Amino acid sequence: MKSLVKEFTKGIIRENPTFVLVLGLCPTLAVSVSVANGIGMGVAATFVLLGSSMIVSLVKNFIPDKIRIPCFIVVIATFVTITELCLKAYSPVLDRALGIYVPLIVVNCIVLGRAEAFACKNNLASSFFDGLGMGVGFTLALVIISAIREFLGTGQVLGHTLIKGFEPPFVFGMPSGALLVIGLLLGLFNLIKDRKR
Amino acid sequence: MNLHEFLSIFISAVFIYNVILSRFLGLCPFVAISKETKPAFAMSAAVTFVITASSAVTWFIYRFLLLPFNLAYLRTLSFVLVIAALVQLIEMIIRKVSPALYRAFGIYLTLITTNCAVLGAAVLNIDMFFVKGKPVVGSFYYSLFQGVCMGLGYTLAMLIMSGIRERLEFCKVPRALHNFPIAFIIASVLSLSFMGFNGFKF
Repeated sequence: MKSLVKEFTKGIIRENPTFVLVLGLCPTLAVSVSVANGIGMGVAATFVLLGSSMIVSLVKNFIPDKIRIPCFIVVIATFVTITELCLKAYSPVLDRALGIYVPLIVVNCIVLGRAEAFACKNNLASSFFDGLGMGVGFTLALVIISAIREFLGTGQVLGHTLIKGFEPPFVFGMPSGALLVIGLLLGLFNLIKDRKR
Repeated sequence: MNLHEFLSIFISAVFIYNVILSRFLGLCPFVAISKETKPAFAMSAAVTFVITASSAVTWFIYRFLLLPFNLAYLRTLSFVLVIAALVQLIEMIIRKVSPALYRAFGIYLTLITTNCAVLGAAVLNIDMFFVKGKPVVGSFYYSLFQGVCMGLGYTLAMLIMSGIRERLEFCKVPRALHNFPIAFIIASVLSLSFMGFNGFKF
C-alpha cells in the first residue's frame, strides 16, 4: 500500500512531467490560454495515460520485445480516439478550443514514456497509480501555467476578474507569452533546486 | 485552385502560423538539437522531407481508404502507424541508396516518428482541405504544398534559433536559466517578432 502511494505522489512533484522531466511541452504551451482549456487537456491526457498504462501492464507478457513500441502506440491511439469521440459528443466547445492537440496526445512523450519506462515492467495496480500520478502532475502543471497566462493575458481566472482596473498585456495570451512563462518557470524551478543543494 | 491560394498557404504556414513559434509543434528537437547550426539543419531537412512524404501518403489513406469505408474515426490511429512505418521505410531506402546522407541525418530520422509536427501537419491538412468528408478542389496539391511549407517554416525557425544559440555560448547566462529556460525565452522573443506577420496577405 505504501509503495502505491509513492507511485502516485512521485508524478506530482518529484518527477513532475512538465517541470522536472520537461516532457510533452507542445500541448502544454498550446492550450494553456485559459484555465478551462488547461483542465480539459489535463483530464483528457490523464484518461489516455491511465487507460494505456493499465492495458500495457496487462498485456506486457504477450507482446514480443521487438515490436513493443508499435503495440504501445496502437493502444495509446485507441484511447486517444475514444477521448476524441467523447469530447466531440459531450463537449464540442472544448473540442474546438483544443483543436488538433487532442489527436496529438498520441505523440505526447509523457504517455509513451510511461508505457515504456514503467507500465511494461510493473503490475496493474502500480501502473494505475503511476499513470494517475503523472496525469495529475501534468494537469497541475497545466493549471499553474494557464492560470498565470489567463490572469496576465485577460485579467481573469476561470472567468472571474481578480483585480479591478487591471489592464492586461494581451501578449500573454499569444504564443510568445506561453514560451516566456514556461521559460521563466523552468528557470525558477532550477533556482529552487540549486538553493536546496 | 490558383496561385493565389498557394501563396496564402505559403505565408500562413511559414510566417503567420509557424509550426514551432505559433503552433508549438515539434518543440522537443527545437530546444534539444538547436545548439549548433549543422545538426539543426540536418534535423530540419529530415523533418521537411518526412512531413512532405507523410502529407501525400496520409491524404491518400484518408481519401481512398478511410472515407469510402466510413472509417474516419480511425484517423489518428492509422496516421500514427502509417507515419511510423513511413519513417522506417525512408530510413531503409536512404541507408541503401545514399550512406552519406544517412550519416548526415543520423538518429534524427528515427526521432521524427514521435515528432508531433509530422502528425500535426497530416491532421491539419485533413481539417483544412476536406469539407464535410469531401476533398475541396485541388485538395491533394494544397496538402502537399502545405506540408512543404510547414517544413520550410520549421527550417526557418530552427536556423534562426541555432544561430542565436551558437552566439549565446559566448555570453554569460544566469546559471538557473542555462539550457532549456533560456532557449524558451529566446523562442518567446522570436515568436513575438513573428507575430508582426499577422495580417500579411496577398
